[in-house]
Amino acid sequence: MSTKFRKIILNKLLIYLPVFILFISVFNEFDFNYLNYKYFSFNFPFILIFYLSLKRVEFLGYGYIFIAGLFNDAVLGFPIGVSSLTYLIICGLAAYLKNITLRPNLFKDWVYFLFTILVANSVNYFLLVSFFSIELNYYELSGNIFFTFLIYYIFAHILDFYYKSVLRKKND
Amino acid sequence: MATNREDFVIAIRSAFLKKSNKQRISLIGLILISITLIILGKINLPAINYLKISLNEIVYRSSFIVSIPQKKIHQSIKIINDHYLVYEDYRDIKKKLKDLQLQSKKYEIEFIIEENLRLRKLIDEYVYNSEELIAKVLIDKKSPFLRSIIVNKGTKDKVELGMAVLDGSYLVGKIVETNYSTSRALLISDLNSKIPVSIEPGNIQSILSGTGKFVGKIQYLQNEGLIEKISIVYTSGSGGLFKSGIPIGKINKFAAEDENVVKYFSNLSQLTFVKLVSFKKESN
Repeated sequence: MSTKFRKIILNKLLIYLPVFILFISVFNEFDFNYLNYKYFSFNFPFILIFYLSLKRVEFLGYGYIFIAGLFNDAVLGFPIGVSSLTYLIICGLAAYLKNITLRPNLFKDWVYFLFTILVANSVNYFLLVSFFSIELNYYELSGNIFFTFLIYYIFAHILDFYYKSVLRKKND
Repeated sequence: MATNREDFVIAIRSAFLKKSNKQRISLIGLILISITLIILGKINLPAINYLKISLNEIVYRSSFIVSIPQKKIHQSIKIINDHYLVYEDYRDIKKKLKDLQLQSKKYEIEFIIEENLRLRKLIDEYVYNSEELIAKVLIDKKSPFLRSIIVNKGTKDKVELGMAVLDGSYLVGKIVETNYSTSRALLISDLNSKIPVSIEPGNIQSILSGTGKFVGKIQYLQNEGLIEKISIVYTSGSGGLFKSGIPIGKINKFAAEDENVVKYFSNLSQLTFVKLVSFKKESN
């Protein structure tokens, strides 16, 4: 295998690593719940999906997000299709923001992310509570939304840095 | 104003309808598929149930493998915590040893159990025999949404909906979903869990609800004053799903802030192997 070919494969792997992490996080419920801090949990797939749909849509097909949602439903025991719909709503709202934004700004994205997860979670909870009569703990869910919102800012910086490094390496 | 509205419509149309070069299906197409799946799932269409069972089989196994590193981290944290709690453990063990020294009571208890069985047959009460299965916990998610576990036994091992899930002799949940080789058990700590219970001493009948935390709550009680300061909560057997007398937890009015709080006997976050039990009425 030539060095050039190996380099191409490695770059492809690095570019698609966040998508791979998305699938791991839906399989694994990657939210540090096991630390047992009261009300502390966050929704990592929401952060990744919003970020990738907003800034790196070329690396994330909507079909993958739909499948990730189906996997998440199976892991959490939700009715099939609920998480997919929630994830796709996030994609749609992120794509809308991308279309109307001329000069991207992380702080504005962050505030819009709060609006997006509130809408997506509202749809999710409406379906679970009203349509499927599943009881939910609202305090924990509010905590989950709050921490997801806070943590987005950190992850957005990390992902920005990551993609800049990977894409620079690709162009070298 | 009209221009603003047009811009909004164009941006929305572009976001939901337009396919970029990497996307094979438009967003709105996938949203419609999701909504269709939700509606068909709600009306329990057999095709959707088969799809769900197949998906569960794949996902549960994959999730078990993917969760291994996280489980290792969790175990390491537990080992570190255990090191810090050595002294408390020593005191606990000392207390248990003292309890064991009172084992002379054991024969007395055995006699009472035998006598109880005889008397129950005499008054034609249900006497149950049970079938047990040992299952390994594949996935144990403490999600903010649901408290449930996935076990590695399914319909091929004759697991049925409603089977009791026990940790040792303590009730921890019931089977709510069965697949070919896996099943999902809803834990008693889940908000959707409601179990008819009997509180002893006093034989007080009530319902134990999950709270989403490590404690349960006694509901629909006419007179709270009837509960003793320290009481044990057992299944009551009402509804015929579980047999009566399976221990669940303890009410300690001295320790708890809320008097109707039940502390479970079993640690629901540390389940590795569980017993799946179905109770059938014994034919006399």
